[in-house]
Amino acid sequence: MDSKEKNIRGGLKRGNAAVEEVRVKPEKKTRGKWAEVWRRLKKNKVAVAGLFLLVFLAIVAVFAPLVAPEGIDDQNYGRILEPPSGENLLGTDNLGRDVFSRIIYGSRISLTIGFITTSIGVVIGGILGSIAGYYGGRIDNLIMRFIDIILAIPGLLLAIALVSALGPSLTNLMIAVGIASVPQFARLVRASVLSTKENEFIEAAQCLGASDLHIIVKHIWPNSFAPVLVQATLRMGAAIVVASGLSFLGLGSEPPTPEWGALLSDGRRFLRDAWWMATFPGVAIMITVLAFNLVGDGLRDALDPRLKD
Amino acid sequence: MHRYIIKRLLYLIPILIGVTFIVFAIMHFSPGDPATLLLGEDTTQEEIERVREIMGLNDPFIVQYGNFLGGLARGNLGRSLQSGRPVVEEIGARLPATMQLAGGAILVAVVIGLVMGILAATKQYSIFDGGSMGFALLGASMPNFWLGLMMILLFSVYWNNNFGYPLFPSSGYGTLRHLVMPAIVLGTAHAAYITRITRSSMLEVLRQDYIRTSRAKGMSERKVVYYHALWNALIPVITITGLQFGVLLGGSVVTETIFAWPGIGRMLIQGIRTQNYPIVQGTILVFALMFSLITLLVDILYGFIDPRIKAKYKS
Repeated sequence: MDSKEKNIRGGLKRGNAAVEEVRVKPEKKTRGKWAEVWRRLKKNKVAVAGLFLLVFLAIVAVFAPLVAPEGIDDQNYGRILEPPSGENLLGTDNLGRDVFSRIIYGSRISLTIGFITTSIGVVIGGILGSIAGYYGGRIDNLIMRFIDIILAIPGLLLAIALVSALGPSLTNLMIAVGIASVPQFARLVRASVLSTKENEFIEAAQCLGASDLHIIVKHIWPNSFAPVLVQATLRMGAAIVVASGLSFLGLGSEPPTPEWGALLSDGRRFLRDAWWMATFPGVAIMITVLAFNLVGDGLRDALDPRLKD
Repeated sequence: MHRYIIKRLLYLIPILIGVTFIVFAIMHFSPGDPATLLLGEDTTQEEIERVREIMGLNDPFIVQYGNFLGGLARGNLGRSLQSGRPVVEEIGARLPATMQLAGGAILVAVVIGLVMGILAATKQYSIFDGGSMGFALLGASMPNFWLGLMMILLFSVYWNNNFGYPLFPSSGYGTLRHLVMPAIVLGTAHAAYITRITRSSMLEVLRQDYIRTSRAKGMSERKVVYYHALWNALIPVITITGLQFGVLLGGSVVTETIFAWPGIGRMLIQGIRTQNYPIVQGTILVFALMFSLITLLVDILYGFIDPRIKAKYKS
């Protein structure tokens, strides 16, 4: 029996043992893990507050037309640059539009940006990281050196370069910020795949003749889910800041889109006459990012209590 | 130790060549014809074609990239399409301003971050701890361009309206007073990270046996914290500072734009607005180079701090 065969036999034996173990309490084990995470998350008051805030923001975004007192672009030249009052809670802008309503509509854009850019990062980064980690060797080297090169360009600058090449628009902004977040997820997933790959159940699946794709999707990805979820939550907040920064610089959405960064950029022009125009969109960004950070931190602590101090 | 440094340096070369390729490729496929931009809209087609030929814009992509690399090796990044001056000169004139801003921001971040982090860790669960953690959360969630506008609003506009002069100028460059607001704006997010890392790293170190030993042998608490604990807690702090430097450089683009700071970040944005692609390309490359050098520096510093790396390369 050569050493490889021995390994396989050993793997099968251990695999069988693992199957035996799973057979005893198959469902309870998986449900137990997430129930435990949820239980720990619920105990963390700050994280729960963040979660409530996120749900609230999502509801506001979805029902924006019902929540907002006025429309997205209702101009009224009779009330230009009016300070906050009972009529217009957060004042009016240089075209007599209600700032409060525009910020509410803006939440749709910012949350969408956060979700789509992070999805781009997770999907592309996840695929690259899985391939690199699972196959190893030359492919791993090639992909990771490419990732190293991308990482040498600061994220915001890479996004700026991409937007300037693609042309400023909301779609291109999302593509650029999404691509800039690929390296982060690629590294994370690769590390996670590398550690999962060594498990007996992967060896067992290989012995049973499962295809690489099946092993990656069914056996490796579920085990990478937790760190990716934490990173994705934190990344959504960061992506919203980066994207609004690009909009602020005039590299994102075009007027009259009420993207929060664009609102701030408008507010900057009238900083001396209308403080409310620049102040409130920034508060909105801060609250949203804060909510994502709180939930992300809470999830991290709940998933790995050892990290908590 | 030399071998470690040489290894890190050699590793940097292919990375930087890769960066030039990516940046060149992005700029190559950008809209806008450099020849047209250089000559203006009302030039004849023949004239534009002639300039394209001279500038080598009709060559295949790989040939153009080869020429660019060749120029780069001789320290030539092309010429600005606006002023006609060499890009290297334009960057050289503005780089000191960016360095000053980055330096100021790092100073703000390290001082605030270390002080708050140490306070939070040594007085865990006290009001200092709560305050520091609150700062860490808010600082990390606050967009720096918003913080910049709020500071201008408060210290320039509001102060000027009430006291007849601005506490800090809202734009310009040259004196320490000009540096205060931009450095705080750029450094705050970084300070928040450092606070957090210092706190958790200090808490971990303070639980170690050797800290208990030094307390048991009657060492003063001050000496325990600043001599034994802090030095060991600094390793992750230095790593984070290095890694976050890229974010800081990106942030400098926004900060420079808000405060009309005459650095390369503002030049980059102006370059994008005027489709001045040699400037955009050059500044991004310089930013990437700065970031890579800082990462290298952190790696080397690591080698000096961490005896395990030192031992590995000792022969």
